[in-house]
Amino acid sequence: MTTATPGTGTAAAPVRPPGVAPAAQLLRVMRAEWTKLRSVRSTLWTLAATVLVSIGLPALISLAVINSPRARGTDFDAAGFSMSGLFLGQLIVGSLGVLVVSGEYSTGTIRASLSAIPQRLTLLVGKTLTFALVLLVTALVTCFAAFFLTEAILDSKSYGVTLSHPGSLQVVVGGALYLVVVGLLGLGLGFVMRHTAAAISTVFGLLFVLPIVANFLPQSWQDHVVKYLPGQAGQAVFSTTPQPHTMAPWTGLTLFLGYALLGLLLGGVVLRRRDA
Amino acid sequence: MRRRHLAGWRQVSEWTEGSPRVIEVAGLTKRYGRVLAVDDLSFRVEPGRVTGFLGPNGAGKSTTMRAIVGLDRPTGGTVRIDGHRYVDDRAPLQHVGALLEAKSVHPGRSAHNHLLFLAQSNGIPRKRVDEVLALVGLHEVTRRRTRTFSLGMGQRLGIAAALLGNPQVLLFDEPVNGLDPEGIIWVRTLLKALAAEGRAVLVSSHLMAEMALTAEHLVVIGRGRLIADTSVTDFVGQAKSRPVLVRTPDPVALKPVLVGHGADVAEEPDGGLLVRGMEAAEIGQAAHDSSVVLHELTPQQASLEEAFMELTKDSVDYHATVEGVQA
Repeated sequence: MTTATPGTGTAAAPVRPPGVAPAAQLLRVMRAEWTKLRSVRSTLWTLAATVLVSIGLPALISLAVINSPRARGTDFDAAGFSMSGLFLGQLIVGSLGVLVVSGEYSTGTIRASLSAIPQRLTLLVGKTLTFALVLLVTALVTCFAAFFLTEAILDSKSYGVTLSHPGSLQVVVGGALYLVVVGLLGLGLGFVMRHTAAAISTVFGLLFVLPIVANFLPQSWQDHVVKYLPGQAGQAVFSTTPQPHTMAPWTGLTLFLGYALLGLLLGGVVLRRRDA
Repeated sequence: MRRRHLAGWRQVSEWTEGSPRVIEVAGLTKRYGRVLAVDDLSFRVEPGRVTGFLGPNGAGKSTTMRAIVGLDRPTGGTVRIDGHRYVDDRAPLQHVGALLEAKSVHPGRSAHNHLLFLAQSNGIPRKRVDEVLALVGLHEVTRRRTRTFSLGMGQRLGIAAALLGNPQVLLFDEPVNGLDPEGIIWVRTLLKALAAEGRAVLVSSHLMAEMALTAEHLVVIGRGRLIADTSVTDFVGQAKSRPVLVRTPDPVALKPVLVGHGADVAEEPDGGLLVRGMEAAEIGQAAHDSSVVLHELTPQQASLEEAFMELTKDSVDYHATVEGVQA
């Protein structure tokens, strides 16, 4: 068997771990996370389903609208209408966010991942950035496509608006960002809970069940509480006609992002503290 | 098959870097709630030889290995690899390779992609992935999802992952689990070859016979505590004196003679006498002196298995008691 021979570049003194800078390590982690994402079919299918639902749903509904005898007034939010598919799309993206993490725990991949990257927060940050980038690209393409397709269909009855119409760009870009934040919410809760079912239930609980429960509050309370719930805060961005008792679009989205970051922060604490 | 693997190994070790490394476990303690899994455990793993990590199931072997690679945070004590903590290393796969007992592969991902993401995360060249897959004999199934892998193939993939960064320190937790006889021989040969190249190799097993064939040095633990840290040869020697099986047509005459010499004599169900405390030659002489005929005089080989049972009998978590069944 070959042994290390002197003079061939092998050092005799103990070698310190190679000094790869934290930033360089983060890039390595992101490359690895990209490989992880694209090498499991369920990720690709889930993303494809998000795209299909988010574009197809508003297109179908707008076909129904133009074929309906009832005329739409000037208060018709045509831009916001094109984002109607996001209400379903967010379910898929939220689940995907959870699965990207909980899948590592259920299959044991997390042990391989953490053996390779013992700096646990670097793993969390790298995973989050990679997933956010992939989602951002997918969501932007999806939301623009949904907008143009929906408006083209609505245009046959002259309901459609253009991108330069006031608020249109906000709705489309905001809608895409909303999807990204839902994904991050799932990711963070995945790190906190580690179990698929528990984390997905929590995501849906926050986005769908909380507003229903809040409906039982007295109206005066509702007006002050509901708008700060995660989903309601985030969804303010894809409506061009301001409703009473909703947050300003970008403020709402920022608060929603805050909730998601809080989840990731908690996830980071759990990841650092608990054995893998 | 074996020759090809080894040829592949020789080829890939060309870019071996660094000097031999050691693992130092010092006062390692790990508590899970009320269970003390590892209790003040200290030992060293030296380069250039295979160190067997032996203990009954539940002795704390896997916990210790998980603590070495930072998956479990020790309750107390330290683990250093060549003086450094694993968790401070930003490219640990290039220094320490580990095959852990539990599965760590996504069944929907191909063997190639599993190793690729590990390589990318540690700055290991992409071509190394195909090299290690060829080395473990999985080169024909690299693109197949691991869901379809047999237990043995999964184990080979785990070994490939451990070798990915060409590390100087290797940990294998029960590496022959699920392997066929050819695979077992392959692992033995590989472990010895890795050690012969100057690497530190720690291999856990609950099978003593396996260690007798692979390891030169043994670290034996029971209930999380160190029982022995010794060479395989000494370990067998430490076991209490070998019994001798004696057959005679006149056991009634021989027995008091041997007891008179201070021996401990037990009658076997088949009429033989199992004598402890006397060498075979002494027994033969004593029999001759009292004119008792011997038909058989066989020293019993103390196997590694027996030595291990002897040493760990007090530290096994769950005994199967024959008495309990009979009662």
